[in-house]
Parts: sequence; structure tokens; C-alpha cells
Amino acid sequence: MKDILQELENRRETARMGGGERRIAAQHAKGKLTARERIELLLDEGSFEEFDMFVAHRCTDFGMEQDRPAGDGVVTGWGTINGRQVYVFSQDFTVFGGSLSETHAQKLCKIMDMAMQNGAPVIGLNDSGGARIQEGVASLAGYADVFQRNIMASGVVPQISVIMGPCAGGAVYSPAMTDFIFMVKDSSYMFVTGPDVVKTVTNEVVTAEELGGASTHTRKSSVADGAFENDVEALAEVRRLVDFLPQNNRSKPPVRPFFDDVNRIEDSLDTLIPDNPNAPYDMKELITKLGDEGDFYEIQEEFAKNILTGFIRLEGSTVGVVANQPMVLAGCLDIDSSRKAARFVRFCDAFEIPILTLVDVPGFLPGTGQEYGGVIKHGAKLLFAYGEATVPKVTVITRKAYGGAYDVMASKHLRGDFNYAWPTAEIAVMGAKGATEILYRSELGDAEKIAARTKDYEDRFANPFVAAEKGFIDEVIMPHSTRRRVCRAFASLRNKSLANPWKKHDNIPL
Amino acid sequence: MFDKILIANRGEIACRVIKTARRMGIKTVAIYSDADRNALHVRMADEAVHIGPAPANQSYIVIDKVMDAIRQTGAQAVHPGYGFLSENARFAEALEAEGVAFIGPPKGAIEAMGDKITSKKIAQEAGVSTVPGHMGLIADAEEAVRIASQIGYPVMIKASAGGGGKGMRIAWNDDEAREGFQSSKNEAANSFGDDRIFIEKFVTQPRHIEIQVLSDAHGNALYLGERECSIQRRNQKVIEEAPSPFLDEETRRAMGEQAVALAQAVGYTSAGTVEFIVDGDRNFYFLEMNTRLQVEHPVTELITGIDLVEQMIRVADGQALTLKQSDIKLNGWAMESRLYAEDPYRNFLPSIGRMTRYRPPEEVVRDTLVVRNDTGVFEGGEISMYYDPMIAKLCTWAPSRLEAIEAMRVALDSFEVEGIGNNLPFLSAVMDHPRFVSGNITTAFIEEEYPEGFEGATLPEDELRRIAAATAAMNRVAEIRRTRVSGRMDNHERHVGRDWVVTLQGQEYAVEIEADREGATIRFDDGESLRVTSDWQPGQPLAMLQVGEAPLVLKVGKISGGFRVRSRGADLKVHVRTPRQAELARLMPEKQAPDTSKLLLCPMPGLVVKIDVEEGQEVQEGQALCTIEAMKMENILRAERKGTVSKINAEAGDSLAVDEIIMEFD
Repeated sequence: MKDILQELENRRETARMGGGERRIAAQHAKGKLTARERIELLLDEGSFEEFDMFVAHRCTDFGMEQDRPAGDGVVTGWGTINGRQVYVFSQDFTVFGGSLSETHAQKLCKIMDMAMQNGAPVIGLNDSGGARIQEGVASLAGYADVFQRNIMASGVVPQISVIMGPCAGGAVYSPAMTDFIFMVKDSSYMFVTGPDVVKTVTNEVVTAEELGGASTHTRKSSVADGAFENDVEALAEVRRLVDFLPQNNRSKPPVRPFFDDVNRIEDSLDTLIPDNPNAPYDMKELITKLGDEGDFYEIQEEFAKNILTGFIRLEGSTVGVVANQPMVLAGCLDIDSSRKAARFVRFCDAFEIPILTLVDVPGFLPGTGQEYGGVIKHGAKLLFAYGEATVPKVTVITRKAYGGAYDVMASKHLRGDFNYAWPTAEIAVMGAKGATEILYRSELGDAEKIAARTKDYEDRFANPFVAAEKGFIDEVIMPHSTRRRVCRAFASLRNKSLANPWKKHDNIPL
Repeated sequence: MFDKILIANRGEIACRVIKTARRMGIKTVAIYSDADRNALHVRMADEAVHIGPAPANQSYIVIDKVMDAIRQTGAQAVHPGYGFLSENARFAEALEAEGVAFIGPPKGAIEAMGDKITSKKIAQEAGVSTVPGHMGLIADAEEAVRIASQIGYPVMIKASAGGGGKGMRIAWNDDEAREGFQSSKNEAANSFGDDRIFIEKFVTQPRHIEIQVLSDAHGNALYLGERECSIQRRNQKVIEEAPSPFLDEETRRAMGEQAVALAQAVGYTSAGTVEFIVDGDRNFYFLEMNTRLQVEHPVTELITGIDLVEQMIRVADGQALTLKQSDIKLNGWAMESRLYAEDPYRNFLPSIGRMTRYRPPEEVVRDTLVVRNDTGVFEGGEISMYYDPMIAKLCTWAPSRLEAIEAMRVALDSFEVEGIGNNLPFLSAVMDHPRFVSGNITTAFIEEEYPEGFEGATLPEDELRRIAAATAAMNRVAEIRRTRVSGRMDNHERHVGRDWVVTLQGQEYAVEIEADREGATIRFDDGESLRVTSDWQPGQPLAMLQVGEAPLVLKVGKISGGFRVRSRGADLKVHVRTPRQAELARLMPEKQAPDTSKLLLCPMPGLVVKIDVEEGQEVQEGQALCTIEAMKMENILRAERKGTVSKINAEAGDSLAVDEIIMEFD
């Protein structure tokens, strides 16, 4: 009897060694942790329950039947993050380079199905050379099975991908369909076709890092939502993100004890808006002073910096923030910022996370680059996303809200629940100068007259009261009491119930 | 007594004067420029008058504008503060002509002391010790030797036309004097075409010590002890104290009596300061007299208990001093730290902009401790480019010097300023510097002790340990909170363990935490243990802790997996991990700082408004390089690191596309 029990221990021991000591050392030498070490860092100590430890591939070609390691290059199971359940897979680069076989894919599908059924997030730690070439189409089928589950899980449970090594070819499309992608600087890359193919086809010479490194995907392509220094930091930050996210689309965002005063007055916000209406200021200061404990988890920090997206907590509960950033491009909307914010708004709406919108927007960025790039359709994404969102929506206009961009930024007209404005708000079709030049074209030659007209226009429209008279602004609030007002607004919306008409799905301008 | 006074100044000194005036029941009038519309002194005053654009030469120092404000408000007297019009005889004259009292000395005294040569002459005549020297020209080396030995070695042999160290020699004996005279003369002839040479006493181990005097129009004059202001950076005082750790009673009295003699010689009334240079043997020599209230006057107030502004107002009102010299007792020790908007890590580059956080330590007045903070700013306020970059003057008083220093350390640790660079860490470092603590300082202290600039304080091992213990305890509080999130699996909660590894400055401290209701005991693996108690909660930027026997104040920020901790002039990244996490973290590679490009690229399509640097100019990290206007907004582009501008490819008015090269660096 004892021998039989011992046999289990022996098998487990073998499985845990993955590709063996030599490959583990090679993994460490690259500054990367092993699949199991990563799971240890991601989950609460001792909480991991493994599935399919002994699964082995069934391939008999190319002599593969000689080498059938337990686990088949991926570790799967569930565990907890601060006591909350998550499902996880972690590809093991030490076993066949983490390549995806039919059975490897089946392991992923199993935990994804369970995550859907049990309503818990899925976190994928990707470190894989790609398809198991020896298996041919069976491997491709495996990818597609995973893709299909990514698609079905989208909007049902949060899906997070962490790219911690190579992720190339078809493999990229699984992370691509998850909610968030994070990368590890210098040790991860993602691309559809690698540098060699690029060279052959287009004659471009490019390194893997330039083509698909963390910097490329966080700054240029916006494929990744964030990048971290190393495996340890990346996994710690994923834990931090999970603390903000609900378990699934039927549960409320998490609440945790908070040590901040809901009624905290921030007098310094009264001087946040500079005297000069064309001077920039840092919208992040408002976000950190509004949120509990100054904590802001930013999403896509390095991309389209003219808009800020991320999570804060108000009264301990998660709120998604979208805010124009006057420090960059005057905070205007353009193709990139519209896409970035639209995707974020839709994530929040899918998972019942209330949305706070902070507005200081001078309009859409003009130019051929924008029009040729399709700013009409990209801008419409953000408009669409706000308009269809049924979660609590609170908006604060701090300064400019000009033109169509005013409508887009969670205005009253798009079913905003609370639309606040600071006394410094200017809600108008455009700036006073532009407006008078159109309205009084015949007087353009007379600088004095135009100046007087501009002043008239400013006096009439460069304030929040015209909009407040019409009820488009629910209340003009003091900057220093913004936290209290916004907290109370969201508190009053905890039981909000709003449904869109039945449809198979909408047709957002993709 | 006056009903209403006008303060012809701004910032902390205007606020300081308003406080005393208000206590005396006098109404106050502030003046302000465009840049100071929302300033604290404007809010504090009973009335405020706008006097023009931001630059001081178009507002605060335009006599006519100040006079208009006086007429408009009916102020009966003017306190000039320091700087601006405080030592301007024409201003004093203009006030006199209008019959408005000047809360300062008579214009004759201002004039007499305003000129270096005249003031030295008057001082000599009044029997004040001046730097011995021979003002006349010296014919040959033998005469030089004779004069040098009369003055007493060491002497400084200087070219009359000299500057920048050229034609300057220090001689310690006759031979060196002979040689020095000749070489100075040659060098001066070559460098300046003027070989006139003179000789004066060379002051070794110089200290800057000044005497506060106070006199009235009835012939009474007192001295209120001294202030030591030797901690200076490029002639700008940084830390002052009273009394001086160097003076004995006899020297103090001699200096004080000479200062009073000088004040009386020029018919001085009001508060004034006589500055001396003091050598290593306590010989002191007159430097100059400042005919105004000094920036550092609070330290004198703290050790004498006298409100200098009140005395100035009373004297200006024609009252006689009620104090006698025998009433003046120096009690305890006072320190002043000048908090400047200068970034010590970037070679003290001035830093302007918005203070996103400004929380000074609490002011206290107790039998054994006083904390006083004189300031003219507020959270959310702006430090503008137009005026002195001083944020605040933080003073502490305690019965002894060491206690005053300790109080200053704690006060600096709990002073929160964010948003702009500031010299808090540098001030903390000086307060911890053994040489400063010993009192063995000279005016060359900063140059000698920080020759390469300032790169943050290095904390001693026991201090690092205390920080390790504190952060381990704080991390435990934060971790426990994390486990209380909603949506947990029933009965499968996470339990926060007892064993942790704290990593800071490349050192690891393995600790075991035993927590109870009041706090935690942190046991290090070498057996030492420290008790930590605190009411700190996650998210609070300031942690007041008791660690072992002593208090510890930390500024706390978040970094991934740990804390950014600032204390005693050090800025540390602290990671607190489980033993297993620490083991895995050790496998992570050390990363090189990325090689930032040597090009400044235009980050957005826009118009160049101005270029702030020139080719060949050395720039500091964070220095403004140029301003680009895009979407009608001005964006300031700053240097990402230290370097030299090698080439500028754009000029004001140019319209640039994204990623166009604006300038290149070596």
C-alpha cells in the first residue's frame, strides 16, 4: 500500500520538474521564472489546486512517442488571489518550449470551461514557442478551441493575459481576445510573423524586441495594456489588478475596507485650473485626489496619453475612470484616444463597473492624418460605448467641453446619471475666438469689433450655467468638494437598473 | 499707535508681518502683482491693492505704485519686509515726504550702511573691528613683507583689479609674502593690465556670525545676541541658528557692544543686523550692516522671546524701547531651515510650478519645544519664476542645540511638499551630518562636504534596520486589508504569514512578525528585535511610528510590491516579500537604465514658441529646453537627463511634425 502512495509522490515529483534541471536553469538564466514559480507568485500561498498534472500528448510522429512528459508543457488549475477564486494556466517553456499540442489545448479549455461555469476570472501566463509542429493540424485545432472559449468567455468572466516569453503566430490571438494583456520588459515579445519572415517578405530588418517587445506594444500598437520590469513585478501587479475586478458579469465589483474620508475636502483642487485657459494641468492630480488613498491603476498608460483610463476605488468599491489629459495634445480626442477609451468603457460596462468621466476636451484633433485614418468611425466607437453603457455614469466637466467631443464624453444626452461641472467649465460649440470668426465674418477686418464680439461670446458661453439652465448639467459643484459629491452620486446609483432593448448584439463601428 | 499699516512685500515675510500687526490690533494692507492674485498674504490682509504685472520691477519695487496704494488705503505706516524696497533710501524719503512712517531705520542710516566703503569707514571710526589691511598701494616686495607682518599672518595678497581668483595669493610667512607679492603683481599685470596690489588679513576657517541690534529714536540701543549663518550655498544662507555654537560670552559681548556702537554712530532706529566674519581664533571683523529685518530673524525671536516686528512697529511709532540690555537673556537654542524650491538631486536647479501637496509639520509651542513655520504658500499654490524660490522657513527651538537639531530632523521628516523639486532631503542630510552636529562649521561647509553635489543621504545601518522593521509592520497592515476584499471563497481566506523578507538598498532583512493589539514585534534573524507601534493605515502618505526606543517619521509612497520611503534625506525603495517571493525575486536580473536617446524629438505636431537653451549649453535633468504650442496649448519639453546641447535644429516660429528633431545632445 505504501509503495502505491509513494508512486503518486514520485510521479508528482517528476511532473513538477517539468523539462528538468538543465532547462530550468536556462529559463532562470534568461531572467524568467518557471511556470510553477510564476503560479506561486500569482496565487495566495498554498492555494493552488492543479488539474491534469499527468496529461501527456498523444502524438506518435517524428519519434514523439518516445518523450511524453507529464503535464505536456502547461500547468493548469485554480487558486485564490486574496481569497478570491481565479483559474490559471501557465505555459512551461522548459517542456517542448511551451508549445501547444492538442492535449495542451485541452488542458486550457478545461479550466476555461470551469471558469465560465463557476464565474471566476481566467489568468493566462504565456510563454510558448507556438504550435507543436509535430502535431500539425491537431495543434491548430487546439488553438481554435481555445479561441472559441476566449470569445465565449468575453464579457462573462474577466480574462487576463500575461506575456512572459515568446508569443508568436496564431498564439497571439488568444491573448488578443482577452480583456487585458500585460508584458514583461526585455523578456517577452508578441507578433504574428517574426523577424525572419518579415525580412523574407518585405526586406525589413527588425529585431524581435523592436517588432513585438513590450515597448512596441505599449507605446505604438496598443496591443498591450501595460508592461512591467520583471516576472515578480508583473505578477504582483496582476494580483493588484484582480483586486479591482469583479468575479464575473453577474457579480458586483469588489469592495474592501478603505482608510480614507469620503468627505475629504481638497482645497488645492480650487486652484487646479490655471488662470490661463490655454495652460495645461495634470488631470492625474484630480484622479488621485478623488480616489481612495490616491490609488490609481492605470490601463494603457503609455499609449494615447491624451486620455487617461484606469481604476480607482470610491468608498472601497471599484470605479473605472476615463479622463481627458490636458497635458498631452490639449486633451483632444483623436483616433487613438477614442479607441483606447472606448474599449475601456465597454470593459467596465460588461462587468458592471461604474464609470467616472472627467472632461476637459477642446474637440477632435483636425488634420488629414486623422480623417484618412478614419477618425469618424473611431470617434464613433467612444460615442457608441458611452451611449450603450448601462452602468452608473458620473461625469465632471472641469474646463473645456467643446463641440461634438462634449456630447461624446459621457454627456447627459448619453444617459449620464450625474453630470457635474466645475465653475470653470466652458460648455460650448467651440472656443469664443473661433465662434466669433464664423458668426461675424463680415467684421473680421475690424479687430476692435471682433474683440468685443469675442468677449460677448465668452461672457455668454464660457461658463457652465447655460448648460445648467437647460438641465444638461445637474449641478455646478465646487472643485474642493468633488470627492464627496462624486462618492455620494455613485452611492445613490448602487441599485441602478437600466436595460438596453433586446438584440442579438449591437453593431458598434469596429 | 497706527491704525493701519501697509506691507510693501509678498510671500512669507508679508504674512509674518501681518500676524504681528493683527495681534497688535492694527489693520493691514497687502499689495500684490498679477502673479500673486491668490497669494496667501493677500488672503490674510484686511485689504489688498493690485500694483501691476508679475515682474518685481514693474510692481513690488516701483515706488510710485506703492505710494499710490498707500494713498488709496490711508495706511499710516509701511513695513518693507526684506528685499524689494527695504533698503531703498529713496523709498524712505518718499514716505517721509507724504508723512507716512517707515517701519525701518532713517534714510541717513540706510544710505550710510548701503555703501561698502563708507560703511567700513564709519565702522572703523566707531571702533568696530574691521578686516585689517592696507588699502594703499604697495611699492615693492619689502614693503609688502613689512605690511604683512604688521597685519599678522596669514594674509591675502590681492590684485586691486582682481577677480576670479587671478592675482590672489595667501601668505603664511615673510617668504611667501615676498614671493606672493611678486607673482600676484605679474599675474595682475598680465591679466588685467593693472598691477596695483593690496594686502589684507586672510580669515581662516571663516564663519558668518551676525548680531541683531534694536534701537529707538530716544538713544536706546540693544543687541539681541547673535545668529550663526555659516551654512551657505553660493552665498545663499541655507541653515541658521542662534546662538552660535562657537562664540563665548566674552566674544559675544564684544561683538554686541561694537554692533550697538555702530548703530548709534549712524543714528540707527529699528531692528538691524551687523554681519561679521569670525575666524578660527574668534577674531571677528565687520562685513556689513543690513538695515532691515533679516530673513533669519525668527531664531533670534525664539531665543529672546522678543517679537522683532512688534518692536519695529513700536519704534516707528516713536515709542521708546522698554527693554534694557540687562533684560536680554538668551534662552535655549533655535534652528532655522530654509526650504527652497530647488532640486538638490539636479544640482539645486530651481523648480517652479504647482505644489500638489504642501503639509508643513504642526506648529507647537511647549516648554521644551517650539516648532514654527513661516510661509507664504499653500497646497495647490504656485511657485512662480518671478520671485525668490523660498517655500518656507522652518524653525525649531529646544533647551539645547542637540535637542533643537533633533526636533528639526523630525519636523523635516514630517514636512510634505510634492509637485516641485525641493531641498528637504538636503536639509535633512545636513541635520544628520556629524560635522554639522559637532558645530565645527565654516562658510565652506557645503562646498567641502558635498563637493560633487548631493545624491541623497546614506543612512547608517541601525536606521536602515528601523526602517526595515517599520515597513515590515506597515506591510502587514496593508496585507491584512487586502485579504478583507469582498467576494472571497468561504473558509478559504488568505492568511497573512509571520515570516517576511525586507529588501532595501540591496540588503535583505529576514524578519518574523509577532503582532498584537497595540503593534508588532519585529524579530530579525540575528536575534535583535524591535517593537513597532503606529496608527498608520494604508494610503496615508505620512507614517508616524515608534520603533524601539525612538520615534520614526516616514514619507510613504507606493511602488510595486513595496513602498517608497523617504526619511532623513534618503529616498529608498523597500520591498517586503514572503521568504519564497524573496527567493524568486533574487533570480530577477539587474537591469541597466535604458540608454535614452541623444535627441529631443517633437512629441506632437506644433509650433515652436521658444527655445530656452543655446548650443553648447550644459543642461540639467528636468531643465526646460523649449516650448511647443499644439492645439493652442503650450507644452514645455524638458531634458530627460544631464547633458550638453550640441545642435539646435529649430527656432521660435517653426512648425514641426511629430518626431522632428528639435535638438541634439553630446
